[in-house]
Amino acid sequence: MIHSLFLVNASGDIFLEKHWKSVVSRSVCDYFFEAQERATEPENVPPVIPTPHHYLISVLRHRIYFVAVIQSEVPPLFVIEFLHRVVDTFQDYFGVCTEAAIKDNVVVVYELLEEMLDNGFPLATESNILKELIKPPTILRTMVNTITGSTNVGEQLPTGQLSVVPWRRTGVKYTNNEAYFDVVEEIDAIIDKSGSTITAEIQGVIDACVKLTGMPDLTLSFMNPRLLDDVSFHPCVRFKRWEAERILSFIPPDGNFRLLSYHVSSQNLVAIPVYVKHNITFREGSSQGRFDLTLGPKQTMGKAVESVLVSSQLPRGVLNANLNPSQGTYTFDPVTKMLSWDVGKINPQKLPSLKGTMSLQAGASKPDENPSINIQFKIQQMAISGLKVNRLDMYGEKYKPFKGIKYMTKAGKFQVRT
Amino acid sequence: MLDSNKDSLKLEAMKRIVAMIARGKNASDLFPAVVKNVACKNIEVKKLVYVYLVRYAEEQQDLALLSISTFQRGLKDPNQLIRASALRVLSSIRVTIIVPIMMLAIKEAASDMSPYVRKTAAHAIPKLYSLDPEQKDQLIEVIEKLLADKTTLVAGSVVMAFEEVCPERIDLIHKNYRKLCNLLIDVEEWGQVVIINMLTRYARTQFLNPNINESLLEEGSGGDKTFYGSDEDEDEDEEEKEKNAEAPAMAKRKPYVMDPDHRLLLRNTKPLLQSRNAAVVMAVAQLYFHLAPKAEVGVIAKALVRLLRSHSEVQYVVLQNVATMTIKRRGMFEPYLKSFYIRSTDPTQIKVLKLEVLTNLANETNISTILREFQTYIKSMDKDFVAATIQAIGRCATNIGEVRDTCLNGLVQLLSNRDELVVAESVVVIKKLLQMQPEKHSDIIKHMAKLTDNIQVPMARASILWLIGEYCEHVPKIAPDVLRKMAKSFTNEEDIVKLQIINLAAKLYLTNSKQTKLLTQYVLNLAKYDQNYDIRDRARFIRQLIVPTEKSGALSKYAKKLFLALKPAPVLESPFKDRDHFQLGSLSHLLNAKAGGYQELPDWPEAAPDPSVRNVEVKDSVRAVGTVPEWTKCSSREKRKEKKVEKPFYSDSEGESGPTESADSESDSASGSESGSGSEESGSGSESVESEEGSESEEEEEDEEEKNKKKKKKELKKPVQEIKLLSLFPVEPAPSPQVTPVNTFLSNSLVTDLEGLSLSDTVLSPATIAPSSALKNYELLHRITGEGLSVEYCFSRQPFSPDANMVAVQMQFTNNATSDTKNLHMEDVKLQSGMRVKEFPEIELLPAGETAAAVMGIDFCDSTQAANFQLCTHTKKFFVSIQPPVGELMRPIFLTENEFKKEQGES
Repeated sequence: MIHSLFLVNASGDIFLEKHWKSVVSRSVCDYFFEAQERATEPENVPPVIPTPHHYLISVLRHRIYFVAVIQSEVPPLFVIEFLHRVVDTFQDYFGVCTEAAIKDNVVVVYELLEEMLDNGFPLATESNILKELIKPPTILRTMVNTITGSTNVGEQLPTGQLSVVPWRRTGVKYTNNEAYFDVVEEIDAIIDKSGSTITAEIQGVIDACVKLTGMPDLTLSFMNPRLLDDVSFHPCVRFKRWEAERILSFIPPDGNFRLLSYHVSSQNLVAIPVYVKHNITFREGSSQGRFDLTLGPKQTMGKAVESVLVSSQLPRGVLNANLNPSQGTYTFDPVTKMLSWDVGKINPQKLPSLKGTMSLQAGASKPDENPSINIQFKIQQMAISGLKVNRLDMYGEKYKPFKGIKYMTKAGKFQVRT
Repeated sequence: MLDSNKDSLKLEAMKRIVAMIARGKNASDLFPAVVKNVACKNIEVKKLVYVYLVRYAEEQQDLALLSISTFQRGLKDPNQLIRASALRVLSSIRVTIIVPIMMLAIKEAASDMSPYVRKTAAHAIPKLYSLDPEQKDQLIEVIEKLLADKTTLVAGSVVMAFEEVCPERIDLIHKNYRKLCNLLIDVEEWGQVVIINMLTRYARTQFLNPNINESLLEEGSGGDKTFYGSDEDEDEDEEEKEKNAEAPAMAKRKPYVMDPDHRLLLRNTKPLLQSRNAAVVMAVAQLYFHLAPKAEVGVIAKALVRLLRSHSEVQYVVLQNVATMTIKRRGMFEPYLKSFYIRSTDPTQIKVLKLEVLTNLANETNISTILREFQTYIKSMDKDFVAATIQAIGRCATNIGEVRDTCLNGLVQLLSNRDELVVAESVVVIKKLLQMQPEKHSDIIKHMAKLTDNIQVPMARASILWLIGEYCEHVPKIAPDVLRKMAKSFTNEEDIVKLQIINLAAKLYLTNSKQTKLLTQYVLNLAKYDQNYDIRDRARFIRQLIVPTEKSGALSKYAKKLFLALKPAPVLESPFKDRDHFQLGSLSHLLNAKAGGYQELPDWPEAAPDPSVRNVEVKDSVRAVGTVPEWTKCSSREKRKEKKVEKPFYSDSEGESGPTESADSESDSASGSESGSGSEESGSGSESVESEEGSESEEEEEDEEEKNKKKKKKELKKPVQEIKLLSLFPVEPAPSPQVTPVNTFLSNSLVTDLEGLSLSDTVLSPATIAPSSALKNYELLHRITGEGLSVEYCFSRQPFSPDANMVAVQMQFTNNATSDTKNLHMEDVKLQSGMRVKEFPEIELLPAGETAAAVMGIDFCDSTQAANFQLCTHTKKFFVSIQPPVGELMRPIFLTENEFKKEQGES
């Protein structure tokens, strides 16, 4: 399956290579570089590139290309999904997944890759198992290791590997038993020029941070499970119970994990929490353009809209923007023509606005396209779909855990066309 | 440093070496020094040495041999991790000399006690195969053996090995087909992908096409639209219900009856659509696309649309596949049209693919919304995307006649766009559209003729010229003028434009030779001395054809016919048109070219091959069947029996031999006994009753239940130990996930948990000799199977007053349905010889939501044979079966030590 893996940084250098079968020369990456040059944007490099003898499948994460070399037929998603899992694991281990972090921990990276794939076929990808095999590097552990000469490689086969709950390690102990669940919903929307919604949908996830002793068996029930239209589960969730009773029943992995991601049925009308009034015009013949943008909250159920960030890709003809924000700060990058405005919190009494002029290239005709506006925001303590967790019960262990649930609504791909 | 005695120094050295390897630097000259450390005690050093060895052994074969003995020793290590890693490294060293050693090691590991080692053995098979393909036959033997393995851990890996070594040996799968289907949900995600892909191929060879009756009507995309539409709107559980009811309905509608194994596959893969792993979802989606009856394919759309939220690479692959699917099954994705709308932040390649999908989805009803979307896209800054949009509009216009004029007008407006690329693209598309109905649009052609002054893009210029030439009769005044201009700039034009100029000249010469004779001569003369031989050839050819000379033959008479023949309008087609002959989700499909190692998806067979090849020898089985499940109609009884044999749950009671005697009872319920295997009996035997009963839907439940039980295993460790003391058979020391004797408190909590019923014994108060441990409830009838009626029973461990030889069975009926149940009684008792039953008194009325209890007595004759009977209500009959665990057949007696010894002496 996966023959080799090359890690390529933004400037096009291969800074790590790993082979699971016979060594593949790194010259195979030349085909990749060729494709990279052809693509105008970094994300436009095709994920699958055929070469005379191999196929290159790549993903781009954190400005690093992970290029897998394969030789024969394999489902491309298989490889792509695996590469993403590799990135997630690195992130889990090192906190960040940057070139520097990987270079600093090259040995751990190598050990990880060795465990994750055998002969190109995934072996252990659960982070709970990997952490038992190879302990994540921490400053404390590095120090202890250098002094005592002990290693950070597990000697025993992780029991999880053999059990039917491969995602949970055994012998977990905590003094404070806690289980936190974050219900995070994202609104994906396209709003057209006149302010009407073209498409809007809600995608949500429940991220959990479970630190419980032993082998707890949890059940989580919702007040209104009917809202959930399409769900995908962490493998720990018992599918049949969901089918029959709409209850999430699971033995959780230890630590952070994504329990569930869901899609709220499109029949429900989506409440759009912000509105945008905009007036972006370019006049024919003059080298000036007007820019006027006002944001306001709507349908927020009394909650404040926070961390608002507006960004817009202005037309190429714009040389500079001279704007005046009523609150927050704005930046305009004259090279990429990216305008971003960090608004902060929307105050319903005094609506934030950004007004001013844009200077255009002299002599150039007026740009015929209008920029679209992307908005990011957060609303705490509210799930916009109205989803509510009813209760969380624990079986199989005697102690009383501390339970917490947090709701949040965010903008996903929220775009306003002008 | 490697020669040092200190492990820490060695470690440091190895780390540096590994860092060198990672950077791609050559570290091979250190080989002798590193190899020495292969026997190092420090496990991290050892691992790093392994990394080094695997990388360089191929280059230094002789030296690598030095390390072999260490691995051979490692293969015998009591620690399974070490055994496994020794095998891993041994098989990863690509040194031909050690092939026999590897072969031996793999064979040995394939029968290792630890499933982890067996898994490693499965991984080693393709490695050895790639090293020495001549070992194929022996390896197939090992694969065959491992395929029979019943642990989920091994399944994925061995199927992988199968796919790499002998994908053509489909016959090896027969016996394991049902097992694989049933295990599938518990296999790790990567294994799932491989197994599903393999099973798709398998199913294509073994089952009949479920759409065979519709295939004649197929392709008419309009017809099935509503069909799918309704499918989508339904809720999931409704769909589930519908599915259950569907098979009989289908059978009525047409003679085709789906093979039960085919149905099993579809049913067991469906939950995996909910997987978090995109690859698994895609695998299931392609399985449904290739195998499911048309009406059921709809379920995959939702899951695929969900994947569009994922990383852009995932989107890219999914959209490619969706594009192919939308051509065949447009209705499936129509409800999700808006999910394919394009955002300005999408990468271009994603935009283009979404556009493709939108175009495929366009039909008369939604075209107006789609066109409105397209209008926005045209204003985008991303010019490649705009060009693609224009082409998409062109395709919509050709496919849907109603909007052709609107589209054309829109495109003509685009001709005044400032961006040349946009104009050029529009010209090309307009040309194609005009070809369909040229006579109406001479004004557009005129307009385009004017554009030749401005447009520089060669393709567009060529298109305009071709148009003018083709329809020069519609624009008799302008055409010669255009030719004049072109003749002037001929030398500066691109090649394709030059060719079209020659064409135009030739056509004009034929229709309007008075005005254009000289011009044509001029153009042809220019072309004659062109650098490009194509153009020179063309010029020569055309001159001979159109200019009548004494030499010219008969052809020139037909010149007019040749040039001005009516040309058929081009069909604008999706580039994804014929891709579905590749298995979806495969690399070959993505590239639209056959990748190495791609296995063709076979066509459906004309007649189904013998389904009995999938039957497995029945070792021991317990089963009770509730309402007649759909597949009993066409499948033999044996088939049902072996279904659960394959469950890992039973598989491990290998020590048992008890053949099923009662299995062949006439009723549809087959049951068996588990004789022997003392200690595990009470656990697994009784469990099986609980989990095995019920019908089709129940079986799924049961998988789940089994899973639960397995999960409990950990906590069970202690009780297991205790039981082991009593065990008659030695218990395998290696931990294996299958054997899960469940102790009472756990399953109790499980049952309560599941059913929300109290366990308390309501009727009989605990007697003096009641055993200390709590009673265990077994399920006789699940509420889903029983249509609301659920029945549980437990062995109350009380003497049964009417007959001392009978065992008292305490039954608890719960009516979960909304209506009352009347006349609960039992009928049609089927027993082994010697067994007797005292029926419970008829329960007249069980109101909705109420619970009732009754006691029945069964004389099991000291055997563990099941008692089968029908449980009847006023409307329904359910086949049920009670099978006693050995422990429940006994009555506690108080004996003093002396008495015990006496008794013992007598026996």
